[in-house]
Amino acid sequence: MPFIDPHAHMISRTTDDYEAMAAAGIVAVIEPAFWIGQARTNVGSYRDYLSHILGFERFRASQFGIQHYCCIGLNSKEANNEALAEDVMEILPEFATKEGVVAIGEIGFDEQTALEEKYFRLQLDLARELDLPVMVHTPHRDKKKGASRSMDIIIEHNLAPNRVVIDHVNEETVREVTERGFWAGFSIYPHSKMTAPRMLEIVRQYGADQLIVDSACDWGISDPLSVPKTAELLAAAGVSADDVRKVTYGNALAAYGQSGQMNEQDWASTAVDQRSRYDGNTILRGGQDPRVEEKS
Amino acid sequence: MQDGSETATRMGLLRGWLAARVSSEALQWLDDQAEKIAAAPDQRVLTMAIGLAPRKVGKAPLDLTAQELAAAAAVRPGFNARDWSTDQAARVFLLLASAASSAGEEGFAARLDRLFRSGEIGEQLALLRGLPLYPRAEANLATAGEGIRSAVQPIFEAVAHNSPYPAEQFSEAMWNQMVVKTLFINSTLVPVVKLDERRNADLARMLVDYAHERWAAGRVVSPELWRCVGPFAGNRYLDDLARVFRSADRDEHRAGALALSECATPEALALLDADGPLAASIRAGELTWDRLYDAGIAKLSDHPSLP
Ligand SMILES: [Zn+2]
Repeated sequence: MPFIDPHAHMISRTTDDYEAMAAAGIVAVIEPAFWIGQARTNVGSYRDYLSHILGFERFRASQFGIQHYCCIGLNSKEANNEALAEDVMEILPEFATKEGVVAIGEIGFDEQTALEEKYFRLQLDLARELDLPVMVHTPHRDKKKGASRSMDIIIEHNLAPNRVVIDHVNEETVREVTERGFWAGFSIYPHSKMTAPRMLEIVRQYGADQLIVDSACDWGISDPLSVPKTAELLAAAGVSADDVRKVTYGNALAAYGQSGQMNEQDWASTAVDQRSRYDGNTILRGGQDPRVEEKS
Repeated sequence: MQDGSETATRMGLLRGWLAARVSSEALQWLDDQAEKIAAAPDQRVLTMAIGLAPRKVGKAPLDLTAQELAAAAAVRPGFNARDWSTDQAARVFLLLASAASSAGEEGFAARLDRLFRSGEIGEQLALLRGLPLYPRAEANLATAGEGIRSAVQPIFEAVAHNSPYPAEQFSEAMWNQMVVKTLFINSTLVPVVKLDERRNADLARMLVDYAHERWAAGRVVSPELWRCVGPFAGNRYLDDLARVFRSADRDEHRAGALALSECATPEALALLDADGPLAASIRAGELTWDRLYDAGIAKLSDHPSLP
């Protein structure tokens, strides 16, 4: 069964992770621009980061037969550095129009400050102008209010809820998110946030139609196999194959495919070939043989 | 030195290819963008047009006809767009439009560098493939150097393969680094333009050192490596050439033979004569470096036992 991990910060992950993800059936990942664990001090490092996830990281993913897409945006933490934020807003349009960019994101609230709101709104306008979906990060503290306020602002900016994924949803926020017509993203973590057993209860209660599972794996303790593991648990608990497919593959494709930048054909036709096009063997070291697989 | 008309000619070449392959709407979009870019070469319009190009013109292979390839070589000797796609032609066309005015040409190298550094991988490929077509070729050397340093093989090959730019512009040190890296990353030398003309003694030494390092680690050495060694082997590397020539591997055996023939000392030629048919084939111009892997040279595929 193919899977999409629609929220994965692969720039922070190892080649072992890529191998394991590919082996588990993950065919595509979406890498949202985010906070790298410490503050950037100038727009130059932001620019390099964006071109890194669109360039070298995409290349790395391709070596393992995984299609790599990006969300481009100014994250909420760094929105609080106004000088940086102003400069980043200047460069976002040119990055957001690059190939393989499937949304503006991840954007939204962290501490729910005035500056966070300002740049959230400006980026929602950019998404509307460029006709791109949006990935919204909901805050870890005061989540319920933060999520609610995010959705109010999105509606105020005339974005269609079915073009917006509200991410890091939990039991507290899922009802409002789904009732208002948004996609609800669930980041399945080994210890905190959501776990797979809790996810099972949510699928049972709310149905599969608007729910999207992701790993949100990054530089912290997180599991790049969350999506296939959750799928396994859901299936074992009797959730229908159709519904499992929706929450671990189909819904993410439907939501982000609205960008026109992500199509099933992208991975239907690619074989892993570490020797050719995006896949030089330059990640191979010390005499490893390039891996060549045929997809039937 | 070149003038604006040369840039216009090259844009005309690319536009012609696109006109025969994309919709009239897409072509109109390209022309509109080119006009805007020419008037404002360092504004966002260029960056965004380069980003959007594949959505407008697609990414199909150009599959140029023989006549088109010949016309390209006439406009720019050594230029070979055999593997280009429509989006790449469009991106290079748009970038060339930024050099339409003399002010636009003035800032070209800095613009190219900026675009390359902010580019996603598909853009970077296109920007580097365009190197032979850009004005003020020597000013673009820094960007070409970045391409050669890249850890992404297709980016590296966008500079190194099917392009006259490195042979024309690279210093010997840069050139040698490029050739050694081509082998190091298991790429191929066949598409390197003017490889034979730019062989040199220092490169031969680097490659022989590299071969020894590989052999010491029990690893194979690309038969192509010996292409750059033969003419500089003298008696110094004769043992290495002999070892390659005696290999049971068909391609290594052939490569050793070709290198011996280019080494051309009496000792080397005497060694080569151990495989008479192969030596004859080289003399007849049948087996060449570019046909090293050609299975069609059938009678040579099983060589007689060697001394
Ligand atoms: Zn994230």
